[in-house]
Amino acid sequence: MTTQLPPGMHIETVDEKIMTLNVGPQHPGSGHMRLIIKVDGDYIVSCDPDPGYVHRGEEKMAEYRNYIQNIPHLERPVIHDSSNILYPYCLGVEELLGIEVPERAKYIRVIAAELNRCIYILYWLAIYGIFLGHSTMFMWPAGDRELFIDLLEAMSGARVTHAYLVPGGVRNDLPSNFEERCLRQVEYFEKRLREYEAIFYQNPLLKARTEGSGILSRTDAIRLGTTGSVLRASGVDFDVRKKEPYDVYENLDFQTIVMKEGDSYARSRIPYLEMFESCRIIKDALKKMPKSGSVRTKLKPNPKGGNDEVYRRVESGRGAIGYYIVSNNRPEPYRVKISVGSFRNLICMPYLLKGEKLGNMPAVYWGLNYWPVEADR
Amino acid sequence: MSTIAPQFRLSRFIGSLFDLIFWVILIFSLVGLPIVFIVLFYIKLPVINGQLMTPYLAMTWMADPSRTLPIVKSFMHTTIFRVMAFPGFGFAALLAAATIFVERKFLAKMQLRVGPLYCGKIEGILQLMGDGFKLMSKEIIIPAKADKPIFWLGPLLFVGTAGAFVALIPVAPGWVVANPSVGLLAVFAVIGFFPIIAVLTAWAANSKWTFIGGLRALHQMVAFEIPLILSLLGVVILSGSLNLSQIVQSQEHFWWIAFLPIGAIVFFITILAELERIPFDLPEAESEIVAGWLTEFSGMMYGLIQLGTYLKLYAFAGLFTVLFLGGWNGPMVWPPFPQDIITQGITIGPVTAHFPGLPLFDQEMLNGTLWFVIKTVGVILLILLPRGVFPRVRIDMILHTGWYKLIGLAFINIFIALGLLYAGVLGPGGLLH
Repeated sequence: MTTQLPPGMHIETVDEKIMTLNVGPQHPGSGHMRLIIKVDGDYIVSCDPDPGYVHRGEEKMAEYRNYIQNIPHLERPVIHDSSNILYPYCLGVEELLGIEVPERAKYIRVIAAELNRCIYILYWLAIYGIFLGHSTMFMWPAGDRELFIDLLEAMSGARVTHAYLVPGGVRNDLPSNFEERCLRQVEYFEKRLREYEAIFYQNPLLKARTEGSGILSRTDAIRLGTTGSVLRASGVDFDVRKKEPYDVYENLDFQTIVMKEGDSYARSRIPYLEMFESCRIIKDALKKMPKSGSVRTKLKPNPKGGNDEVYRRVESGRGAIGYYIVSNNRPEPYRVKISVGSFRNLICMPYLLKGEKLGNMPAVYWGLNYWPVEADR
Repeated sequence: MSTIAPQFRLSRFIGSLFDLIFWVILIFSLVGLPIVFIVLFYIKLPVINGQLMTPYLAMTWMADPSRTLPIVKSFMHTTIFRVMAFPGFGFAALLAAATIFVERKFLAKMQLRVGPLYCGKIEGILQLMGDGFKLMSKEIIIPAKADKPIFWLGPLLFVGTAGAFVALIPVAPGWVVANPSVGLLAVFAVIGFFPIIAVLTAWAANSKWTFIGGLRALHQMVAFEIPLILSLLGVVILSGSLNLSQIVQSQEHFWWIAFLPIGAIVFFITILAELERIPFDLPEAESEIVAGWLTEFSGMMYGLIQLGTYLKLYAFAGLFTVLFLGGWNGPMVWPPFPQDIITQGITIGPVTAHFPGLPLFDQEMLNGTLWFVIKTVGVILLILLPRGVFPRVRIDMILHTGWYKLIGLAFINIFIALGLLYAGVLGPGGLLH
């Protein structure tokens, strides 16, 4: 006897040999999401990512607060990369309200953004290490992250959620002797990074495990709309900092890291190599920065945006973050739409995991540079 | 270093010890002594040698070493002492506990951490005891659809099998719990039992993660059992015996690792796989299959599995020492027991005491144990080292290694052993024998 199903629903027929695994939301290797994985023996037949467990309605919340009040809650999706997720918002609001940013503030912003990128990538790398069972690679980056957390604490007063970037510049000026302290720590960090190479990236077992797994071709990477390190690992030379330079990035000396392989190893290596470039940017910015001057343009209280809309994007640790802000002559924005790199990289997960072995799942999943909380916003 | 770590002060430590002694004496004299006298009032005391065995007399006898030492010595030659204490469970558990502590501190230093720090005041030396009490106090959760008898049996079987493995390892000349003439075959039999336990418990827990983990454990252990057995055949060929004690005796002049380095390497890699240690900890890969075949265990059931794992680690390291590193053989470094104490006794002032039971252990046994422990701890540290350096491998890589590369190397090792034997270099009647 067949029962009548509600419209739009159907009974799924599966092979007896195929087992469905719910990886998450309570699983040590899932994060705040669920992957519905069907396996045939050790091979993954299909993968269905199910995000949305930490949706907090950041976009809707932004419609009830004025342009300054929006800052603290908009950085909540990625507290490890809070400067970068606020960066496009600040750029967009400055364009809407017609604010000029002081030259020194632009450099300080770039330094804060690059320090924060390093914090994010180190955290990401730590989890990548423990996902592959490499506990030393979990402890080392998690410890070295403190270097940059200390620096940003000295700049902003907070260890994690800095809320340092504001429309019109940065919240406060750098502390005294910041430059030499920053330079010293960055140089020490570069030395540590080379040790990572020896223990992790040149490890024969890691190479054997990640090289050639989860290959994303160049055309697929463009077709699926990936961004950030995933895109660059597939051989596309795209970095918002180079292609659409914002603030003072055009004056600074750095390169875009591109690899052609498109496999898990390349995806894990690109963020690591970008940390060297971040260190270069920080050192260059410290050299070129005006030594004194204002760091924040004063705003009117409760500023109103015109009848206008703006889209600005920056390169974050996970790819391009874009803010589309619409204003309609009110102190609050009419609409704030956030386009994050995490969610766009998630799309290619079913393509990459199909036909892979179950043992490759953590490497492919975390290699996508996916941050569930950011994707859910 | 953490700033909130308590500073260890010797004065405070000694002070707390004195506090403890004070309270023990106080409570014993206020509560213990009355209870003892109440009990003595009711029980009938025995008469030995025409003397009433009062508690005071019993205490004097106990304090007299010339009476107690022979009892202790005869107890040490019983089977129960061997099983419970010295070459058996107690010794292995002690070494295993020390291993866990060393592993945690060692790994912490490698990873720029401090490791256990608070429990036991001195560098967290009692952390393991704390963990044990925690596990004991935890609720044992059994899944509703589990096959309960087998699920209960799993940890017990695991510890029992590990204990049987420990019993076969000779520690010092004559000091071994079980000494069958085909000891190595018994070792193979015990090792072959572990995958069965893993699959049984995995199936009994009735969960997808344990099922995948159990199958992985089965694949891995079976794939590595054959190279394990083949790699040891070289030692059997050269020493001409399957008895582990005789294998140790045959290495009096040369350790077999000098002639069979390939066999030793193959055996070491298979040890890592059999112990499910990184880089071969696939059956417990937490980012893929939660905790593998241990997922559903909680409380002391998990504690028992951990105990079994570390006993197994000790036993494998001991087996490596016995087969390749010459077991208890080593230069005599232990000082001989002073003869005049045995012949003349100890003179304190006007009193001269004779102790007929001395010495409790002979010199060869203590020296052998010392060398065995040193070598075994070295092997254990080598087994622990990859945990800080390597990531986990994949199941297809592990099977490829086990079935293809290691078996080939093990055969090369056997040919080397046969070549040495037929060339007349080693073996019975050989040049170097």
